[in-house]
Amino acid sequence: MRFLALVFINLRRHRLRALIGVAGIGFGVAAMLTILSIVNGAIGMFERILAVDSQYLVFEKNVSDLFFSSVTDEQVAALRKLPQVALAQPLLFGLVSSGDRPIITCFGLEADNTRLAKARWIAGSQADFGKNPEGIWLGSRAAEFLNAKPGDRITVGNGDFVVAGIFATENGFEDGGVFLPLKTAQEFFEREGISSVVAIKLRHDSEGEAFKAAVAAAHPKLLALENREFNQGYTQFRILHLTAWAVGLCAFLLGGLGVANTMLLSVFGRIREIAVLRVCGFSQGQVAALIFGEAVAIAALGVALGLTLGYGALFALEHAPQFQGYVQAVVKPVMFVGIIVTALVTAVAGAIYPARFAARIQPAEALRYE
Amino acid sequence: MNPPLVVARDLTKAYDRGRVRVLDGVSLEIHAGEMVALWGASGSGKSTLLHLIGGLDLADAGELSVCGLDPRREDHRQDLRRHHLGFVFQLHNLIADLTVEENLRIPALADNRPPAETTARLRELAEAVGIAHRLDHRIQDISGGERQRTAICRALMNAPRLLLADEPTGALDETTGDTVFALLRTLVRERGVTIVLATHERRFAEQCDRMLRVRQGRIEAGE
Repeated sequence: MRFLALVFINLRRHRLRALIGVAGIGFGVAAMLTILSIVNGAIGMFERILAVDSQYLVFEKNVSDLFFSSVTDEQVAALRKLPQVALAQPLLFGLVSSGDRPIITCFGLEADNTRLAKARWIAGSQADFGKNPEGIWLGSRAAEFLNAKPGDRITVGNGDFVVAGIFATENGFEDGGVFLPLKTAQEFFEREGISSVVAIKLRHDSEGEAFKAAVAAAHPKLLALENREFNQGYTQFRILHLTAWAVGLCAFLLGGLGVANTMLLSVFGRIREIAVLRVCGFSQGQVAALIFGEAVAIAALGVALGLTLGYGALFALEHAPQFQGYVQAVVKPVMFVGIIVTALVTAVAGAIYPARFAARIQPAEALRYE
Repeated sequence: MNPPLVVARDLTKAYDRGRVRVLDGVSLEIHAGEMVALWGASGSGKSTLLHLIGGLDLADAGELSVCGLDPRREDHRQDLRRHHLGFVFQLHNLIADLTVEENLRIPALADNRPPAETTARLRELAEAVGIAHRLDHRIQDISGGERQRTAICRALMNAPRLLLADEPTGALDETTGDTVFALLRTLVRERGVTIVLATHERRFAEQCDRMLRVRQGRIEAGE
């Protein structure tokens, strides 16, 4: 029998307590994995909407949300004339309702927009985009939940439209959205001559700083950010990230308290036994190591359980029809490592007091304890 | 005479903030190879004296040396428990839901001894005390006598020079108690282990090399 074997023997002997601790850590891991992956996925989808075939985004300064950003057609035209710009693609965001769906994202875009070229067309084609004055184009998920086929007449917001095309993209937001030609969308949302953002593709990657300087000089009310800068600095993304970590850490805190409780009960129930170990030559450090070892073993099993549950939950959410493909989980390696480290740290932190208590047990006193 | 393994001078110990004086100026010497009985009624202080010698508790005053080490020091206490002392208690203090073999491995585990060496030692000892056929049995599944023999076996795992036995026959029936006591005597004779036996049973005390009567926290006289 080795020291590690004694750790597992102890867990086996107190298996119900151990299972409660494992479940606490497991649920924490599962919660954090699920929440962070979904948030990462959601942010990733939004990033991809903005960054199709582009390196920079231009939008109005000091707006709390891109839905409220206004870039005029004149500004778009001026951006197109900048020598660094190879391609400028304006995009207008709006929210509409249809049938029993209270919120559907509506995208207003020009017919030559790259995302239309990259889409897999199920009905219609990019060449026909915008040619039907009554037409609306649907993402494949939107077509599913609106139960709409090409040629059907549907009500979106206050307008009646004919479904002129359906296409699938790899992006859940786009797939669950509806698309209008930019001009139609501007009229529909009463934002004539306005776009929300402009995605910019540069002629050369090295011209980024020159482009930003040109935008700042010519359009002081606009802000040009590289996609990476935008993703890091956009307040909504940061709030989402922070919220996800906060919720995940709360879940871990509960898991940690579970481990602390489990280990404390375990120590209180073994005071005499720990005294016997001390009598047999165990040092205070060895007793503490035994308790920490049990906590780490609980955490390791909890991580295994949590990852299994978390991946299971993500699979279920990604495939649940109710979520219309909006859930596209992204598990980043850093996040994965962070969750495992957090689980271990939580378990060790939860075991500090029980280990200290166990190490300080006085053998003579404890052997009188019944 | 062999040099003393235990030298105690004027040991005192009190509980309850000094209100209950358990040992009151105890002095003694115990020599290597002896079997010494601390004999007295319950509450006389013999178990407390044994605990002080074993470093399980600390004296309030007085001098104590065990195997040349100072039990007041944590590092010496640990050294004593790992290498020089073995304990046997009235209640066997084995871990009930471990097997006999797992219990026997605990002292070696504390000392990080190689498993192979431990296996050889525990099989030899288990054979010697008659529990070899019970090695894979759980403690809860063996008899009281076998449990006490297992406890003695565990106390000997690290080849101690001094075995401290606190009422080792106190929880056993007469026949089993006789068997366990005979086993302890055999250990002294065959392995040269020094034994300090705390007992309230005069018949066992009288069979030891020396009998020290403990009464009201003092050692009265050798008999």
